[in-house]
Amino acid sequence: MGVPLYRDDAIVLRTQKLGEADRIVTLLTRRHGRVRAVAKGVRRTGSKFGARVEPFMHVDLQLHTSAVESGSGLDIVTQAETLAPYGETIAADYGRYTAGTAVLETAERLTAEEREPSLRLFLLTVGALRSLADGEHVPTLALDAFILRALAISGYEPVLDSCARCDQPGAHRAFVVAAGGVVCAEHRPPGAPIVATETLRLMSALMSGDWPSADAAEPKTQREASGVIAAYLQWHLERGLRSLRLVERS
Amino acid sequence: MYEGPVQDLIDELGRLPGVGPKSAQRIAFHLLAADPADVRRLVTALTEVKDKVRFCTICGNVAEEEQCRVCRDPRRDLAVICVVEEPKDVVAIERTREFRGRYHVLGGAISPIEGVGPDDLRIRELMTRLADGTVTELILATDPNLEGEATATYIARLVKEMDLKVTRLASGLPVGGDLEYADEVTLGRAFEGRRAYS
Ligand SMILES: [Zn+2]
Ligand SMILES: [Zn+2]
Repeated sequence: MGVPLYRDDAIVLRTQKLGEADRIVTLLTRRHGRVRAVAKGVRRTGSKFGARVEPFMHVDLQLHTSAVESGSGLDIVTQAETLAPYGETIAADYGRYTAGTAVLETAERLTAEEREPSLRLFLLTVGALRSLADGEHVPTLALDAFILRALAISGYEPVLDSCARCDQPGAHRAFVVAAGGVVCAEHRPPGAPIVATETLRLMSALMSGDWPSADAAEPKTQREASGVIAAYLQWHLERGLRSLRLVERS
Repeated sequence: MYEGPVQDLIDELGRLPGVGPKSAQRIAFHLLAADPADVRRLVTALTEVKDKVRFCTICGNVAEEEQCRVCRDPRRDLAVICVVEEPKDVVAIERTREFRGRYHVLGGAISPIEGVGPDDLRIRELMTRLADGTVTELILATDPNLEGEATATYIARLVKEMDLKVTRLASGLPVGGDLEYADEVTLGRAFEGRRAYS
């Protein structure tokens, strides 16, 4: 093992109670990938960094790879400074809170291995939380954009402008999650759902960051896109996302 | 791995919250060496807690009867309800002697990442209690951490249209912490300085 002490900045993805007053925090770090660490005493009065290691917070951390606890894969948080307190504004709005939680769970689940750096996913997560905290867009749109781009980073960018099976270009409207996008009439399995052209257009806008078009989409279109995106995400994960069914949809 | 009954005990203890395998082993061997009378007292306490203790039909607090001690007390103010996450928060607030109303115990906080939504908590029961207009103030005393805040946000929005004063405990509580760890003085001050929910 190298230097036991290291520094990195991170988004707090999840916290769990540990023993009397500690927490295990799951972090998405900029340079070290997903890391789990113990934050000692953070549930007690007067803890130095209790509020800083809460979900959604962007923090600058000093972590210690403890020889004693390394068997459990847990580092120890020795210092934490707030870089951006996204949690405060996100928790003050229930829609943002539920969409934000789904962002965190998606980020956690798409980092299959601990300590495997993914700078792009880290930056995407920071961006999504900042957008939610600022209230730039409808929370569910911010979530859907995040899911699509996070899947693209993981190599699962959905094909929207040609058949995912035979590459035939065109405005196909049958979305088949197992195929990885839309398919032509010939490759459409029986019963495959047909989605509206506006829905596919919205998904493209979310992928490319065309926010003026995305923000202007009808609620009906947003709902259908959310459904397709959720199904597509769930298909790529072994287990379903717990938070997704609790996302508040207007 | 130990002989049957010892390993069984270690396994059972290891399922308790906050007890790791090492602690489970330590407790098991402590019990093995302890006086039989002490162990019997522990067994009795465990059995009684499951047999005799129930949840208050009004507020969800632990109770030995149909209703908890607080709800049975005629001197308590029926116009104020203090919403907390767990029964142990009731104990912490009772210690301050600042609060004379009644409680509503949610049974946790809204935590989508753990699969816990509003319907998994006693929020519907709270709405039923608020329906007849007896209650005029609702104090949201969920834990001063992110999930507690989000839960308070949700409830505040739910009762927004009601003719109700909704307050949140004043900051000064350790943010990020558990309510039960706040000392009496801090918690008492938080009650006095509670602010209207925006
Ligand atoms: Zn085709
Ligand atoms: Zn009661």
